[in-house]
Amino acid sequence: MTSASDAPDRGFRLSQLIYDTRYRSLTIQVITLIVVMGAAGWLVDNTIQNLRVLGKDFNFGFLDNRAGYDIAQYLIPYTNDDTHARAMLVGLLNTIWVSLLGCATATVIGIFVGVLRLSKNWLVARLMTVYVETFRNVPVLLWILVAMAVLTEITPAPNAYKVNPATGEASASMILDSIAFTNRYTAIPSVSFERSLGVIDTALAPVSLNVLAIVLVLAGAIWVNRRLLAHASAVQDATGARPVTWWKSLLILLGPLALLLAALGFQLHGPTLKGFNFTGGTNVSNAFVALWAGLSLYTGAFIAEIVRAGILAISKGQTEAAFALGLRPGKTMRLVILPQALRVIVPPLISQFLNLTKNSSLAIAVGYMDLRGTLGGITLNQTGRELEAILLMMLIYLAISLVISGVMNLYNHKVRLKER
Amino acid sequence: MSDTSHSAVFVRKTMLPPEPAPARQTGLSKWVRENLFSSWLNTILTLAGIAVIWGLASHFYPWFRHGVWNAASLPECRQIIAARWGEGATGACWAVIHARWTQFIFGFYPPELFWRPVLTFGLMLVAVAPVLFTQLPRGMLKFSVVFPLLAIWLLWGGSIWPVVMIAAGFAVGYLVARILAHWGMILAILGAVVAAVLFWIFVPGPVDEILGRVAPIALEPVASRQFGGFLLAITLGAGGIAMSLPLGILLALGRQSDMFLIKTFSVMFIEFIRGVPLITLLFVASLLLNYFLPPGTNFDIILRVMILVTLFSAAYIAEVIRGGLAALPRGQYEAADALGLDYWKAQRLVILPQALKISIPGIVSTFIGMFKDTTLVTFVGLFEPLKSIPDSIRADISWKGTYWEHFIFVGAIFFILNFSMSRYSMYLERKLKRDHR
Repeated sequence: MTSASDAPDRGFRLSQLIYDTRYRSLTIQVITLIVVMGAAGWLVDNTIQNLRVLGKDFNFGFLDNRAGYDIAQYLIPYTNDDTHARAMLVGLLNTIWVSLLGCATATVIGIFVGVLRLSKNWLVARLMTVYVETFRNVPVLLWILVAMAVLTEITPAPNAYKVNPATGEASASMILDSIAFTNRYTAIPSVSFERSLGVIDTALAPVSLNVLAIVLVLAGAIWVNRRLLAHASAVQDATGARPVTWWKSLLILLGPLALLLAALGFQLHGPTLKGFNFTGGTNVSNAFVALWAGLSLYTGAFIAEIVRAGILAISKGQTEAAFALGLRPGKTMRLVILPQALRVIVPPLISQFLNLTKNSSLAIAVGYMDLRGTLGGITLNQTGRELEAILLMMLIYLAISLVISGVMNLYNHKVRLKER
Repeated sequence: MSDTSHSAVFVRKTMLPPEPAPARQTGLSKWVRENLFSSWLNTILTLAGIAVIWGLASHFYPWFRHGVWNAASLPECRQIIAARWGEGATGACWAVIHARWTQFIFGFYPPELFWRPVLTFGLMLVAVAPVLFTQLPRGMLKFSVVFPLLAIWLLWGGSIWPVVMIAAGFAVGYLVARILAHWGMILAILGAVVAAVLFWIFVPGPVDEILGRVAPIALEPVASRQFGGFLLAITLGAGGIAMSLPLGILLALGRQSDMFLIKTFSVMFIEFIRGVPLITLLFVASLLLNYFLPPGTNFDIILRVMILVTLFSAAYIAEVIRGGLAALPRGQYEAADALGLDYWKAQRLVILPQALKISIPGIVSTFIGMFKDTTLVTFVGLFEPLKSIPDSIRADISWKGTYWEHFIFVGAIFFILNFSMSRYSMYLERKLKRDHR
């Protein structure tokens, strides 16, 4: 017996490709595939033709050639005799360096401002609102240029810090005797080790054994501290009373580090004025400081809004419930509000980190040599390899972004609500 | 003495007039105490805030007050300030804005043709009004549809007929779609696209020439390189906004689609665009597009930049709308299916109106971000108002050394435009709010 609704079996007809939902999605996908492949093929074909017309080829051999240009700011040793690939690496590290520092300061500014904007203090809340709205509604390029103009136009020349023998005073004074803003660079203290462990020369960059030792000791201390806290929690679970740990934590975290630094002969050198320039400390280029400040202040305003939204997203009932359980305000924040707010805050926060990293490509506006300035700037202009340089640059930025969003997905997975 | 009140108990027969609240509990003093000095921490914060405001004001107020509006050069500004406020006084030299404001607004657009961008901007307000405010008569939307092409003709000039031909192509596509709609949505869309493209390839060339000879309606052409300042920023911004919203919606739907290939392509496109900085995409527009197109093609730099800016913000808008689509309860999709609506009807009548409503704040902040990002075109050699125009003004020896005036002027305009956009999105959110919690 056949039911009335069964379609009469008349075999496959062409019109089923459009009208039958079983086949329609297949039709659409095949058409899409053909169109996309056709477009891609057309683009590639055009590119090949254009390259032939211009007498160029597509290869990355130029990366092994001598770069021949100087880079003012580098984290790994670089001279103009190095290859374009090395210059690219220097630029990439500069990008990562300013992004890392920018993310850190922007987060601090953001949390500070976001919390203060929720403060009951009318004046401070208004001030923070003004800060957030001003910085969010104006292009970041303007803030970078303003920071640069402040540093180059308003700060004094290095020799203004010289003490005038007649009056016994200098026309400018250093902050805490260790930081001096000048119109060419910012002088900050540098560190050195009297009994240095030396460096290992790797092909990529020399690795300082001192830094390595400090990192290892710190990592070890953090691990031991976590064990201690876990133990305290276990004791608390078993007996109900939590042993006092704060001084043990402090000792574990700081003690070995202090011992190590003393053993290595750690020293801070403040910058001192010799002739027309500061020596002894480190002179950080104004381009870097301006970019860092501009990016941090701009992104900080966005992060402040994210933090505020995150705190507001936790319903008042949570606080009241925590108070009803007898938790003090500090513990309420730490144990009840923050864990929930972080779930709301972290994903947009990381996407702000991503934005900051991408915005760091505005370094070109102040002359900081990041990836865009080396690979996408001078290397591109010298070798005339636009296609390769820009594609490579996009791939690198894409890789950075994918790594950051991968980390975000991991975190999201970890903190997601465990639903029944 | 009255004989009725022998009792010693006192009974008040009339109400006392209300006493004013204690001085500490009313007015300014209460407000100040509660909002500024409620605890020692708050007191410190308040004092710090006052210190910051005082520091800023004492620095900047004299500078503003000493401002000079009429002068021919920066040295002259300084002379006037020194003469008026004494030696060593600093002040703003607003004269540079006064002298060069047309450059900030129009770039290097020919001065005798300024009426064209001004008219376009006025017409843009008319065209945008019915989109923004639903109280206005719906008939005005017809003008909004025509406006983009009119704007292109007014801004770039040249013969009117190519623009008319573009419009005719859209009309042909629409007609074909209406005819084919009977046989299904997919066929209609395909047919419309094919018809329009065929029309644009074959018809305009000869027809333009004939019409140009018969009725030579033309404006003086203006090259893209002459565009600059806020004219450029608003052209790029408005064009990008108008084109990226539909593209973003399609991409979001593609990403939510059940069809594997459509979904994959959408995800790849969105993630790629979101993963690279806009600057690299602008480089693609200025340097690489010539490689990707047939040899000898060379089309307008503003159009190239606008296409890349559109793709850029479309990817971001797609993500925002995807959030809106994901936030809709599953029941809405099922209800639309249960009503027997097909995919496009369900999207148009049930899903998108709700999803877009949820996404409004995100969409508007994407638009604000895009408008701010139009300043990056300075790196591909276009004269945007934030860096290129001030640089070109400072290249003039009489204005060398003016920094803050430019920053403040341009920053203020960006602030006003973006701030009003964000306020509008709040208004829209309130207006569309349906659930009263």
